[in-house]
Amino acid sequence: MVGAAGQNPALPQGMIWPADDVLKDVRAELFKIRNARDTVVGVASRTVTRDGSGEVIDWVLHLPARGSMFVNMRPEALKGGFRRGELRAGSREFARLGGLMSERWVPNTSGDPDAPTGRVELVTNYVSRQDTP
Amino acid sequence: MMKYFIALLLGALLGAAIFAIGLIHNPFNVDSGLSPLSVSDSEVIALSFSGVPSEAIVFTNDGDSHVKPFPEKVQQLWEAPIRLSSVTATVVYDARGQAAGLGIKFSSRSERTRLLQGDAIVDSAWYIYLPDRGSLFVEQSENHWGYLRDVVFPAYRSSANSWKGAWLGDLTVGPGALHTAAVTGGAGSLRGLKMEAVESLSVRAYSFDSGPVAAEGRLLIELPWTSEGLEGESSSE
Repeated sequence: MVGAAGQNPALPQGMIWPADDVLKDVRAELFKIRNARDTVVGVASRTVTRDGSGEVIDWVLHLPARGSMFVNMRPEALKGGFRRGELRAGSREFARLGGLMSERWVPNTSGDPDAPTGRVELVTNYVSRQDTP
Repeated sequence: MMKYFIALLLGALLGAAIFAIGLIHNPFNVDSGLSPLSVSDSEVIALSFSGVPSEAIVFTNDGDSHVKPFPEKVQQLWEAPIRLSSVTATVVYDARGQAAGLGIKFSSRSERTRLLQGDAIVDSAWYIYLPDRGSLFVEQSENHWGYLRDVVFPAYRSSANSWKGAWLGDLTVGPGALHTAAVTGGAGSLRGLKMEAVESLSVRAYSFDSGPVAAEGRLLIELPWTSEGLEGESSSE
């Protein structure tokens, strides 16, 4: 799903993005997450908004039976088309983890006309978070 | 020989019926009662949203459930690891009924479900963006047993495959010790804040063929007692 004010055509077909003013600067995308072996293991959302301090890019990754992660990306793109963000919160097995995540757009070069135009590659590095007494 | 077989069959049917009645009307399964946040003195953010999938922006699941994805052409979550999951994107409203932002909810049936103990557990996570305040991540475990027992099962038993009435219950049962969800602020004035929340559901009509017909969800998010940047911005709603 891709939803944003003025998005044309809306995805999926038949979806109506609300015309409320509060959502005029919000763009939301929903994804299926695949692991390195190309198997679907979860679902995710990527939301891009704009507030007084600039662009806000948030990911939520949900892996059934494992937990969910909330990642707040830095808006500026790095060399190589990367963007990096910080794991802010998690549930279940991610509850005691911190770390970094990078996102990168990888275009599809297979030449298959039915293939999607590309994919978003997410790489996450975890570190154990120590609770301060 | 035949009479023993008939007696065995009747005994098995009677046992199954007693088991089903005991499961649904188990006196040891009591509702958790009043949410701790509903009597809190702290300032709260009260959000509501439609509980009817066809009133969401997008709702999707495995496609085989009686609650159908919306809109029809949305991709379904048919792959084995996500088959027991659903995703909803919806507008969230403030206490005055004005659109306040966007909510995206991920839910998965939990392996911790124990129907004999009255636990129909769903693990869920909300992403909420409120332009006036910032973004929030809400992670929680929900117990849908009361909803299944009082709404879905009566609709299934009804000759019209539907239920009408008034059901209101808190769904959140954790991870907080007081049956509250854990909330983390991501951006805006809520950035870095740790909060608690409770999600509740109010249902007035349910159809076993299509799911909730008239239902409203509510999220009550308790703001921290002291927080720089929130002064003058938060209001008890």
